[in-house]
Amino acid sequence: MSDKIIKKEELQDFLKALKKAHEVFVPAKEKDFYRFNPLTDENKGDLNFTNTRLSPKSLLFPQSERIFEYTLDEESSDAHIVKESSKDYPSTVIIGIRPCDAKAMRLVDVNFNNPEFKDPWWVKHLESMTFIGLGCNEPCSTCFCTSVGCGPFNEEGLDVLLFDLGENFLARALTPKGEELLKQGGVDKDANSGLKKKADELKIEAENKISSHVPTDKLKEKKVDDLFNAPFWDDIAFACINCGTCTFLCPTCWCFDVQDEITKKQGDRIRNWDSCMFPLFTLHASGHNPRPEKVQRVRQRFMHKLKYYVDKYNNGVACVGCGRCVKSCPVNIDIREVFSLMNDL
Amino acid sequence: MSDNPYLPHPVRIEQITIETEDKNLRTFKLVFLNKADEEKFTFIPGQFCEISIAGKGEIPIGIASSPTEKGFLLFTVNKTGVVTKYIHNMQEGDIIGVRGPLGNWYPWEAMEGKNVIVIGGGFAFTTLRSSIVYMLHPDNRNRFKDIIVVYGARSPGLLLYRQELAEWEKRDDIKFHITVDATDDPDWQYNVGFVPTITEQKITTSKDSYALVCGPPIMIKFTQPVLEKVGFKPEQIIMSLEMRMKCGIGICGRCNIGDQYVCKDGPVFTLAQLNELPKEY
Repeated sequence: MSDKIIKKEELQDFLKALKKAHEVFVPAKEKDFYRFNPLTDENKGDLNFTNTRLSPKSLLFPQSERIFEYTLDEESSDAHIVKESSKDYPSTVIIGIRPCDAKAMRLVDVNFNNPEFKDPWWVKHLESMTFIGLGCNEPCSTCFCTSVGCGPFNEEGLDVLLFDLGENFLARALTPKGEELLKQGGVDKDANSGLKKKADELKIEAENKISSHVPTDKLKEKKVDDLFNAPFWDDIAFACINCGTCTFLCPTCWCFDVQDEITKKQGDRIRNWDSCMFPLFTLHASGHNPRPEKVQRVRQRFMHKLKYYVDKYNNGVACVGCGRCVKSCPVNIDIREVFSLMNDL
Repeated sequence: MSDNPYLPHPVRIEQITIETEDKNLRTFKLVFLNKADEEKFTFIPGQFCEISIAGKGEIPIGIASSPTEKGFLLFTVNKTGVVTKYIHNMQEGDIIGVRGPLGNWYPWEAMEGKNVIVIGGGFAFTTLRSSIVYMLHPDNRNRFKDIIVVYGARSPGLLLYRQELAEWEKRDDIKFHITVDATDDPDWQYNVGFVPTITEQKITTSKDSYALVCGPPIMIKFTQPVLEKVGFKPEQIIMSLEMRMKCGIGICGRCNIGDQYVCKDGPVFTLAQLNELPKEY
């Protein structure tokens, strides 16, 4: 682990140097919101943001991704045979990802990359990426990362963590990959002990600014059936319109659908984000549906994140406290309240 | 050779058999196009595959053939949704795909040295056929004690694998009780009555026994107390579940019951295991 200094006026030089060898994504303002866009001459990035509206999961788990292709042309000797689509995985650097979103990728990785099955696209996307995180000096009112095993300067999943010290960034290399990248970007000036101390203070200061807290300590010991049959689900789900916004914004929601699409005689097999909020998600061909009511689907979402995931992977809750679902829910369903209800049942 | 778990192996439809008089169930005999795929494909009765049709999609279907039947796979498909309707109109010689084997299997090691009671209803008899053929194979038959089967359908014309049923019924190393809910066939020589009723008459002890139960929910609902009455414990009752699935490998997230994915942690569960899970299936 080494701490280097990047002067703010030299940030663009650093990014340009990286761009010679990598695809570089930076936070960029689009209308009222931020998202990760490729670094270009026009888009130089803007690190004065709280967080992107959508989580950056789409960078390695695209909302829609072609996975296979085939031809239906009977003249062709390989008609109807499904084949892998060729795909490039250029080395990519993500600049300014927030610690919560980086941790989310570690939480999701246990699903896509498990001892029995490896999801090849997730694994290759992830391998091709280097994450340069930006710590949060000013967490939002909806952030509750420190309650869920994360924090405004959490290092998990990152290769480099940037501390915004005003005139400088302190760049803390966390992995050999991160170390190498800083070298490549011409960052070689060591941080002095004064700046290191300032960075450590900044971290504690930011952690203390988190005003939202949720309890998680009793989730593991609760009986599944007790939580499943708890009396509060109807109240939680009452206002829900099953719009799926929470699942699409969430950095730890990973559910997907697979669909075939044909243009003339060429076909693609495509995977698309899906959502447990939708009745079609579980509808059998026979018409039977294990989760036909919205209350069952709302319960599934929270049970998955706060109980099933906890039990299955022994890896904490499947929530990093980014607060996106709290902020964007059109009917103000607040996962922080659900934490309390479930934990304190 | 790809190790991509989503990539189907290409297969040819070798033979199509219409199973039921309503023509809603057909059995597809599939042969691998690549010898290497066939050699790598080893399965255990109870497992399933995703059948993959280019341009239509994939469906999870239990493997109806037994690993002791070499050179092909059998799948009996009920005409229900987009893919199953399409495959029902396909021809012998057509190319489709198979992905698998997927999921877990019946607990063959635990059942060794025990009586195996097979209870099936309607078209949920496919992996049970696989199991019966597997157990009756000369290499396996002496691994198990008595094999007793109760299999029923609404009417004689809706029973699957009728020719094989008739042969099994005549054998002395398996007790086979075929039944129908009702029939007006004066020559019907087997039982008439619902599966739970026939089970009650034929299965009188749970000693050293496992019951494999597959059928529609209503059959399971009324069979369960019959088995419990003769002393079957939840650990001795084995069931296989169905769910809407996509990936088949526990990743896409839709087929869960509690923290269990039916595609990967199932489809086979003991009643004891199901009792620990939320009632959401």
